[in-house]
Formats: sequence, C-alpha cells, structure tokens
Amino acid sequence: MSGLVALPLVVMLASSVAALAFLRYPKIQEAIALTGMVALVGAAGWLLAETWDGEILVLQAGNWPAPFGITLVADLFASIMVMLAAIVGLAATMYSVGTIDADRERYGYYPLMNILVLGVCGAFLTGDLFNLYVWFEVLLVASFVIMALGGGRPQMEGALKYVALNLVSSVLFLSGVGLLYAATGTLNMADLSQRVAEAEADGYMTAVAMLFLTAFGIKAAMFPLFFWLPASYHTAPAPVAALFAGLLTKVGVYALIRVFTLIFTTDVGYTHTIILWLSVATMVTGVLGAVSHNDVKRILSFHIISQIGYMTLGLALFTPLALAGSIFYIGHHIIVKTNLFFIAGVIRRLGGSYELVHLGGLARSRPALAALFFIPAFSLSGIPPLSGFFAKFALVRAAAEEGEFVALAFVLGVGLLTLLSMTKIFVEAFLKPASGEAPAAPASPGFWHYAPIGGLAALTLVLGFAAEPFLSAATEAADQLMEPERYIAAVLGEPQ
Amino acid sequence: MELLLALTVGILYAAGLYLLLRRSLVKVIVGLALLTNGANLLIFTAAGLVRGRPPLVEAGENVPQAPFADPVPQALILTAIVIGFGLQAFAMALAYRVYRESGSEDVDSLRTTEDPSISLPKVEAAE
Repeated sequence: MSGLVALPLVVMLASSVAALAFLRYPKIQEAIALTGMVALVGAAGWLLAETWDGEILVLQAGNWPAPFGITLVADLFASIMVMLAAIVGLAATMYSVGTIDADRERYGYYPLMNILVLGVCGAFLTGDLFNLYVWFEVLLVASFVIMALGGGRPQMEGALKYVALNLVSSVLFLSGVGLLYAATGTLNMADLSQRVAEAEADGYMTAVAMLFLTAFGIKAAMFPLFFWLPASYHTAPAPVAALFAGLLTKVGVYALIRVFTLIFTTDVGYTHTIILWLSVATMVTGVLGAVSHNDVKRILSFHIISQIGYMTLGLALFTPLALAGSIFYIGHHIIVKTNLFFIAGVIRRLGGSYELVHLGGLARSRPALAALFFIPAFSLSGIPPLSGFFAKFALVRAAAEEGEFVALAFVLGVGLLTLLSMTKIFVEAFLKPASGEAPAAPASPGFWHYAPIGGLAALTLVLGFAAEPFLSAATEAADQLMEPERYIAAVLGEPQ
Repeated sequence: MELLLALTVGILYAAGLYLLLRRSLVKVIVGLALLTNGANLLIFTAAGLVRGRPPLVEAGENVPQAPFADPVPQALILTAIVIGFGLQAFAMALAYRVYRESGSEDVDSLRTTEDPSISLPKVEAAE
C-alpha cells in the first residue's frame, strides 16, 4: 500500500516523458498532458481517500529505513495539497489547449507543465529536507522555462527578476540545510523534529529557523520579500499566470507550515511572533498594492500577496483551529485564484486589454461570464456563503481565541479592501458601458475556456455550500500538524 | 583549516551579495554563482572536516572505523553543484536574451514590467 505515495509522481513523470517524445506533434502532446493530469487527479483522489481518516502513509525509497534513506510521507495535509495541485494542473492544461500558441507547444510547453506539477507534488510528499530542496529546484527550473517561453521584452524581464530572486532563495535554503545538518547530523524531517527538540535552546537553531523563514518567505512572497511577484506574474500568458498564481507561492507556504510545525517548534514565542507580524504586513501591503492598480492581472497578483498573509497568519497563531483555517484558506485560495486568472484571460480576449479603463460592458454582452466572475471574486472577498467566508471565519475566530485583536482588526480591514478592489474590477469591466475601444470582432472564447472556469467555479460553490466535510478534513490535517508525534512515529516506526 | 574555510565562505557570501546589488546584469549572475559556491563550501565546512579518512569499510567489517569523513555532505554538495551549474547556465542564457531584447544590461533600465502609470525617479545612465 505504501507504494501509493509515489503514484502521483510516477504518473507525472510518465506523462512528461511521453509528451516529450512527441515534441513535434502538438495534438498528441495535448492529449498526453490531459490524460496525465486526469490520471493525477485519480491518483491524488486515491491517496486522499487512504489518508482521509488520519492514517499517515510512508514510503521508504529503496527500502532504506528512515532516517538513512529518502522518505516519502503522505499525511492528510500533503494529500490535500497534492489533490489541489492535480485539480489546478488539470484546469490549467485544459485552458492551455484552447489558448497556447504553436510556438510554445513546439518548445515543450506541455512536458514542462507536467514537470512543474511533478516538482510541486514531490515537494508536498517528501519527508526529507534536502529532497525538498531538490523538488523545489525541479519545479523552479520548469517554471523558469515556462515563464521565459515565447519571448517578448516584458516577459524576458519578468522572467529575469523571477529567476534571480528565486535563486537567492534557493541559496539561503541550501545554507539552512547545511547548518541544520551540521548541528543535528540528519536530514529526515521526522528525525530532525526530535533532534532539534533535544538540541540546546540557544540562538543557533533560531538563526537557522530564520534562514528557512527568509528562504521560504521569498518563495511564498511574504512581506518584505514579495517584489518579484508583481514584477513577473502578469507578463506570462493567462494559463501560465493562473497555474503559477494558484500553485507556486503555496508551495512556499506549505514548506513554511511544514518546517514551523514539525521542526522549529522549540522557540515558538520568538519565531511565530515574527511570522505573525510579517503576516499582517503581508496582508496589508498586498491589498494596498491591489487597490492602487488598474490592471486586472496586476490587481490579482497583489491579491496573491495579501492572501499569503492570511495563510501564514494561521501558522503564526499556532492553534489547531488557526492551522485548520490556514489549510482551508490554501484550498479555497488555490481554486479561486487560478480561476480569476483564467477569467482575466477571457476578459482580455473579449475586451482586448487588461486595463480597466479600456474595458466595459461585459455584463451585457457576456452575462454568463459575469456570473462566473462573480463567484470566485466574491468568494475571495469572503462573502458568505462562498468558500472564502469559512476560511476567514476560522482565522478570525482563532485570532480572537488567542487574544490577537490587532491582527484580527487587520484581517477584517484587509477583507474590506479586498471586496473594494474586486468590486472595482466587477464594476469597471462588467457593469460600466463599453468604452468602444474593444476589438471589432473579439475572438470568442470556447469550450476550453469555459470548461475549466466553470469547473473551478462549481468547486468554489461546493467548498462554500458544503463546507462541513472539507472543514473537518482541514481540522484533522491541522491536528496531525499540531501533534508531530504521529508523523514521527509513522516515519521512524514505533518510538523507542 | 576550519577557520580558513569559514573565512572563505564569508568572503564568497559577502562578494556574492555585493555583486547582486550591482546594476550590471552580468555582475548579478556572477554574484549568484559566488553565492551558490559559498553555500556548497558552507555545507562542507559546517559538517566537519576529516582529513585523509575516506569512509571505506575494511574487509570483514560492517562499518568504517572512526574517525571517518561523513559522506552525506559530500553527496549533498555534489547534487547542489549539478543543480547550481544548470541554473547558472539557464540564467546566463536568459540574461543574454534580455540583453538582446532590451539592448541594455543595466538592471535599472529593465522597467517594462512596472506599471507605466506609476512614475519612477529618473535614473542616471550607468557610467
């Protein structure tokens, strides 16, 4: 049964290699990539079903017992993340079929998408810190190439900023791994958890923890390390921006949550207080950036930053309810944000621009699109009964229980500003009369646009109207994170 | 020996960070290369230096005799060198493309990704 943990990785590796073999035949590549993503959803679903009731699946690669070999671990949190990666991977591939040009396809767009998702799934499933670094590099290299594919000056400059900042982050991560190994002599995360807890509580571990916070903070786009994100994401084509926006920063958040619940929990009063105020600053600066811009993709990019703050806030509060809120928020955010970038692509196709000034009248000409935009946009702002409401409610309640009323006030205020900027897009692009600058014959979006948008919107509704099972899964995942003993026992065997 | 290597690591990090802050794109990439190598040396040094004791198992034994050099950091560094090499090659190719597209390798002139409606302070041309 434990081989199941590797199944998502095997599926993605197989489909990327198969797609690479048909580099000259875009139609076959599309078919392979779609099949691979559907298979990944299946594999992730199986994994999720096996871990749903709290079981932790462990695969020791090559049968080397932990902590000597590389371990793959699927607890409920990891399974949920793999499932989300599979869903948005499938949606982005579907959207790509209808929009990506022949040039990008010839240069291996689909295999790269598969490798990117492979790296993301690997990062979620690994139980070894150095292996996490390697998976990070796998997904980064794939994302670098996808980011730069297609050329054009803005995209090249965006890719350069993205690459440079992420390389710095990787170096910091690697330095942290080296220093941690020097102090503990192990890289297995379960083993590290025990060794770090036994280590002397001096400044060394806290310094190493801060290195990890900086490294993952860059990847997650936390304040004050987020500058690469709004400088790069909006330059990529819609399906690429959607996949990056949905998934990549969340890998950073996942890594933060993993190391700061499993390994660096000895000095919570210090580290998690820093994370708390960084989260608040991330929320506020992100949403202020969003409010000040008038370009749909830029607004959405800044909202990613703002919401990263919510996710790390749950980590900072460090209670089961707060972490459950974070996990639910991540799930809600990945689905909603990917969808909003898809819709931004359709808006551009219909209105010829991402600039709100040039847009208008879409509610009259495309009422269905307006309805589809309404669902994720107002879910993002946290309007009940959409999914964002439950995510924010859990966080607000956790903050109130912990007595962090300043953070709570910021959460609510930032929610209001989110609503403001979402309303701005809705009013400007959909409700106000058309400006007359729209292209004469807009390229009509087809099935490959509406299918992923509709599917993700339906998922948002399910997450909102039937939130109970998802919230209880998030709670169970959070309980597992708060009790690392279960993770350690699953990886290292019964406690000696 | 540890002290010497520690100083080298510090110099590599300092020089790498300094170059990262320069406006020339080429220097930024050289800075990244120095940082990567600094990190590799850091792992090597921090994990402890053992001279002339390779972790080889004698015939008839199960474990090598202590003290022996820890092979794990060396495996890590080997992996990191390969990854770093690939990334630097990619970064150089990308920088070349940026230069071809924009005709400049001054980082401050790469502003087409910024919002044109937000005014930026004027930048003097690099000497």
